[in-house]
Amino acid sequence: MAIHKSAFLVFLLLFAFKSNAWDLEDYTEARVSVMDFDTFAPRMTKTNDSIYVINFWATWCAPCVREIPVFEQLHAQYKDQKVKVLLVSLDFPDHLESRVIPFIREHQLKSEVILLDDPDANRWIPLVNESWTGAIPATIIYSREFRDFYQKEFKFEELENIILPLL
Amino acid sequence: MKKLFLIGLMISLSTKLFAQGYQIGDVATDFRLLNIDGNYLSMSDYEDIKGVVLIFSCNHCPFVVAYEDRMIELHNEYAPKGFPVLAINPNDTIAEPRDSFTKMIQRAEEKNFPFDYVIDADQTIYPQYGATHTPHVFLLEKVDDEFIVAYIGAIDDNARDASAVQERYLANAIDALLAGEEISRTITRAIGCTIKVRN
Repeated sequence: MAIHKSAFLVFLLLFAFKSNAWDLEDYTEARVSVMDFDTFAPRMTKTNDSIYVINFWATWCAPCVREIPVFEQLHAQYKDQKVKVLLVSLDFPDHLESRVIPFIREHQLKSEVILLDDPDANRWIPLVNESWTGAIPATIIYSREFRDFYQKEFKFEELENIILPLL
Repeated sequence: MKKLFLIGLMISLSTKLFAQGYQIGDVATDFRLLNIDGNYLSMSDYEDIKGVVLIFSCNHCPFVVAYEDRMIELHNEYAPKGFPVLAINPNDTIAEPRDSFTKMIQRAEEKNFPFDYVIDADQTIYPQYGATHTPHVFLLEKVDDEFIVAYIGAIDDNARDASAVQERYLANAIDALLAGEEISRTITRAIGCTIKVRN
């Protein structure tokens, strides 16, 4: 119950500050919105002219942590070219304050981070992608013209080779 | 530009081709792997069983840790009915030292595992099954002397909180086999830790 309360509080704070710009100057202000799958789902189906890179990760997942700098580099290099990176943490919500936020601060993450809190993974995993077995890291890349899903750890060049033709 | 697109396409195709492994009804391979008791173990070594609850597992993954007590309970509940749990560590122990054989023995002692825990040391077994993460369950029914895949996926529908579980996918599947009924849900999914290979 306490978890849900604090999650709700984080949510309220987000709205209170209307902090649309995720690019944080002050990492002591790092906040992560916590949401269930249905709230998150529209983020996978936007139809504007941006290219979306959505990565599912967790602080406990070593290959994910190794891969985070790749997404950070993508964000840094291509954010002005309508490439939007979203890092979806699958950490347990009771680790938000103890692990996820400290991780964001420590690595000074510039990409947007949310925490997906939805225990019924069997329902939502196939809605992300039918071929996803549930292993992370996993990544969706989509634009109006393109959509693909990758259950793998990216090297920067691989990721860039997918993004470049979409620009 | 076209070349880049082709490279992208090849990468995406290769990830899709990777999704191989057993389907429901396939005959699963047996193996001979080192067990934490120091002996080599095959599924055919079990006597008087109706099947095996094969769980690709490890020491370090938080989702495995969250399920360890439930794996023990499942074994205690279903081994007497002919379905022992058999945990198998598919991770490369250099890529993930926390999953070394020594640490498997340690973890089994700490938790007093009542089930066997073997290591897929040369990583030849998990690709045949199509296991991709831990924990990843393959419920096998023994028919004549073959092991037939009956259920693939998750233990239940809530990794984080055992008390909030609404559907015990694996237990329901075993119950169905024991009752001679059809398994209502033969494939489920869950988040887990990717199986580690050496770079």
